[in-house]
Amino acid sequence: MQYSKKVLEHFTRPHNQGIIKNPSGVGMVGNPVCGDLMKIYIKVKKNKSGEIIDDIKFETLGCASAIATSSMITDLAKGKPIEEAMKITRNDVADALEGLPPIKMHCSNLADEALHEAIKDYRKKI
Amino acid sequence: MRKKKIYLDCAATTPVDPAVLEAMLPYFIDIYGNAMSVHSFGQEALEAVDKARSQAAGFFGASPSEIIFTSGATESNNLAIKGILKSYYSKNESKKKKPHIITTAFEHHCVLDSCKIVAKDGLADVTYLPIKKDGTIDPKEVEKAIRPETVMISVMYVNNEIGTVQPIEKIGKLVRKINSTKEKDDFKIIFHTDATQAINYFDCNTDRLGVDLLSMSGHKIYGPKGVGILYVRKGTPIRKIQDGGDQEYKMRAGTHNVPGIVGLGKAIGLVEKNGKKDAKKIQILRDYLIEKVLKEISNSILNGSKTKRSPNNANFTFKDVEGEGLLLSLDMEGVACSTGSACSSGALSPSHVLLSIGLKPEQAHGSLRMTLGKHTTKREIDTAVEKLKVVIERLRKISGNVLDDYYSKK
Repeated sequence: MQYSKKVLEHFTRPHNQGIIKNPSGVGMVGNPVCGDLMKIYIKVKKNKSGEIIDDIKFETLGCASAIATSSMITDLAKGKPIEEAMKITRNDVADALEGLPPIKMHCSNLADEALHEAIKDYRKKI
Repeated sequence: MRKKKIYLDCAATTPVDPAVLEAMLPYFIDIYGNAMSVHSFGQEALEAVDKARSQAAGFFGASPSEIIFTSGATESNNLAIKGILKSYYSKNESKKKKPHIITTAFEHHCVLDSCKIVAKDGLADVTYLPIKKDGTIDPKEVEKAIRPETVMISVMYVNNEIGTVQPIEKIGKLVRKINSTKEKDDFKIIFHTDATQAINYFDCNTDRLGVDLLSMSGHKIYGPKGVGILYVRKGTPIRKIQDGGDQEYKMRAGTHNVPGIVGLGKAIGLVEKNGKKDAKKIQILRDYLIEKVLKEISNSILNGSKTKRSPNNANFTFKDVEGEGLLLSLDMEGVACSTGSACSSGALSPSHVLLSIGLKPEQAHGSLRMTLGKHTTKREIDTAVEKLKVVIERLRKISGNVLDDYYSKK
């Protein structure tokens, strides 16, 4: 499997890894059959410009690209208004990682879904 | 060999033994004739091929004419299964009875896929025997599966992923017993074993095993890649599946891979000479590895029987860890292993072998195969386990509790 430098960077030293106590929202996607499980925690803060993702963390059981995409989406979403974060796609994540092997585009690129689920979870609660 | 890096993937392939390479070298530039040529160049090459054939025949307790050189075990397995059916249809067409093949659920893909394709083409019905939790098959299951129209049983000797040893001798006896009750004109059951992972460590005398066909590959035994053998017991009804020249008693068309065949002969000779000694040394190290891993890494299990197992194989599952990430991390630390995780191979589902012995998908995804060889040292095992501990701790930190969370929400 040929991974980009960026993927390997995020795999070996993932950003924003861990959990948030009392999160505003949590999103979990994937299943053990495919081998990838992702959980994204967000903390939302309100300011003048709206609802901002103030903090974001992840836990991921999965292959290198599952971990790298989780790490990358936390970078992409952090500090963004939730409306904008809802618009982040799997292609954005893959592009930011300088590409993913074709087979990984679907099976291990679930981070966008996890983020969107976390935002939906937050919206449900308010 | 590159220094510092640790290679624990000897079930995938092995380095060529220097003595093997030395034996091969003259056959590239100096003795380059085509073994089918009549002139002296060809005769010299043929002599070398014949010598290798005798070496192999000795090892398998066979006669040289029962040794067919191929490109490796994949070709040997294809030839075995498809060649038997071809022969069946050439003789028994008038009977119009669909032949039946018995194999196991955890064969190598070259056997499974050969069986699937002949079934799909309507040439045979196939039974895939279940595997017990310990990674072995029960000869009683074989007996139960046999039908009057069974023409072939194919069971691997040693499983390539979990290293478990199958009761080949017992099945051989069973097949002989059943064949002895058949009428003279009936198609007898042909017994085939894929012995690719067994050559280094187990008795491969074809009479003692009671096999009619046996496959092997050179590169798993410190020989070259691209060469292997199909042993074919004299009188076995089999037809060639590749057309062309009359090489290999008309069983395998294609110019002889002379250097490869010479290397294979030499490699077999080395196994015959040193195999027992090497196996002992490897098993002591492997047992040490298993004990150390299970003791020092929490939530780790050994997959497959501890005793009915090839001396070089250890296969673990680590909870809350995925195999591809594990493999990649270990490789960055200079340790090369293998996994049953789908993500490492580009497949969608995890190892069929691990699923066949009852593992859950996530357990198969979290597997690590470490296979030792004759060059493996205790220091390498110590270093590998140290690295493994660090990598697993890191990956478990990343995965946190997601797996337990997933199940608690279900």
